[in-house]
Amino acid sequence: MTATTLDAIATVQKSPGYWNNVLRRFRRDPVAMFALFVVLALILMAVFAPLVAPADPYRASMLRRLRPIGTEGFPLGTDELGRDMLTRLIYGGRLSLLMGVTPVIIAFFVGSFIGITAGYLGGRVNTVLMRTIDVFFAFPSVLLAIALSGALGAGVFNGLLSLTIVFVPPIARIAESVTTAVRKIEYVEAARASGASAFTIVRVHVLGNVIGPIFVYATGLISVSLILASGLSFLGLGVKPPEPEWGLMLNTLRNAIYVQPWVAALPGLMIFITSISFNLLSDSLRSAMDVKS
Amino acid sequence: MLKYLGARLLYTLPVAVGVSIVCFMLVHIAPGDPLTSVLPPDASAQLQQEMRVIYGFDKPLPVQYGMWLLKTLQGDLGTSIATGRPVAAELGRALSNTLMLAALATFIGFAFGSLFGFVAGYFRDTWIDKAASLVSIIGVSVPHYWLGMVLVIIFSVQLNLLPATGAGPGGSGEWRWDWAHIQHLILPAVTMSVIPMGIVARTVRALVADILSQEFVTGLRAKGLLDFGVFRHVVKNAAPTALAVMGLQLGYLLGGSILIETVFSWPGTGFLLGQAIFQRDLPLLQGTILVLAMIFVALNLMVDIVQSLIDPRVQRS
Repeated sequence: MTATTLDAIATVQKSPGYWNNVLRRFRRDPVAMFALFVVLALILMAVFAPLVAPADPYRASMLRRLRPIGTEGFPLGTDELGRDMLTRLIYGGRLSLLMGVTPVIIAFFVGSFIGITAGYLGGRVNTVLMRTIDVFFAFPSVLLAIALSGALGAGVFNGLLSLTIVFVPPIARIAESVTTAVRKIEYVEAARASGASAFTIVRVHVLGNVIGPIFVYATGLISVSLILASGLSFLGLGVKPPEPEWGLMLNTLRNAIYVQPWVAALPGLMIFITSISFNLLSDSLRSAMDVKS
Repeated sequence: MLKYLGARLLYTLPVAVGVSIVCFMLVHIAPGDPLTSVLPPDASAQLQQEMRVIYGFDKPLPVQYGMWLLKTLQGDLGTSIATGRPVAAELGRALSNTLMLAALATFIGFAFGSLFGFVAGYFRDTWIDKAASLVSIIGVSVPHYWLGMVLVIIFSVQLNLLPATGAGPGGSGEWRWDWAHIQHLILPAVTMSVIPMGIVARTVRALVADILSQEFVTGLRAKGLLDFGVFRHVVKNAAPTALAVMGLQLGYLLGGSILIETVFSWPGTGFLLGQAIFQRDLPLLQGTILVLAMIFVALNLMVDIVQSLIDPRVQRS
């Protein structure tokens, strides 16, 4: 090996690489850093709820129902059963985040698997898989979520299942179109010609190219999923009382808008803050990774 | 053109069949025997067996599906368990109420969305763009059922300007185009318009920015065309896609109106769905979902056809 080739290898290793560039661009984006800070704060707040919250989220009192914001001992007031709002908002993040984020994570894996399989194998497998996906795509997402969880009945598991089914088709579609495009690139063809197995080609050559765009797309679905998940609980599907969950709290406080309107609006504000933070984060990630929408 | 139409129809038919299968299966994925929703819990075993035969539940699923499809195609969507009336009759008026609400919301959302999107795209990367983009990201991030509540708090509870719920004075009257009725439409329509507004604004911004960066625009400017002349060209190029987005949004709103209709007690299909879920009225749930999903499928088809008429490039892709 001559000195020049060694130099060439050294320069290749020194180049920062795609992901380092993404990370650098992402770090330089103030909106991204702010959104990331809010999301992390919300997650930490939910995880350490028992340590952060000032009171017991289930302890009710008929004597102090619907106190206004700024009441002593109840900084954000109390709900229709006299429970501390601040405490319930902190605890509410647990189920709201769980119900909003989990379906997208599961759908990311399932949808990517279906989409990459269909895209790489093509032909009949592609037709069967994608036409089935099209059927679920033919429902407006809100309608499909409500149809499924309406038929299955209330409950956290049924809610998660319905939302996962809603998000698999869009992710599978993106995965399929990206994979079909990558499959036609010459080095994939070269790998096939040199006798690599389908599994190896997908793992080595396809996955690295397609997972980025699919991931960015999936992060964009989190805010929709959060709004839908809390929406299900708002309709009486999903989480059941007395569990604290933002959508359900919004539902039980609906009649209180004539007594303590701003206390009643608080759970929705939490959903809004969470959903817009995830949206900003996803947008920043998209531009940092330079993925076209 | 005819070839495109035929191909598009041929694609839609299996999707429509698939949608009907999903709707048919809704009753069967529900926990418990589908009969339990029709019969009292203390019904005798013999009665249960007889009912099973009457409803066809003793036959294999594909046969049941065939029977159900045949009935559905003749316009029979079954009978609501809660009211005992045909589902199709319950749906009729609710559908027109929802259509009115969704159409108005789409119109408002499209008007403001294209305005924001156009301004943002035209003044790309200036503070105007940032402000308009902020409005559109708020539009897609806000939980609309909460926005509805906030608007009720401001305009009904605090200011006492507009009614909070219902579709007319004194509850369920016939709809009329007078102020007493129209004022009930304002808050739900404005709330609902936020969803298409955000999405239309994002789409139009991307479209306008893309068109303005193309060479023909530079060419037009070089030719000495004033800003207004360029504007005309941009609109002409952006319109087909923007209109397609609008058509799809109308479909999404028709199918996704349940949360807003629940907040405002608006007597539409979403409200009907809410009742069906609350009373576990599965035939009503199934019928409503089927009709809304089919409208969405048909609207998709229409959007594609109209778009291919306006813009022949669509047919080739």
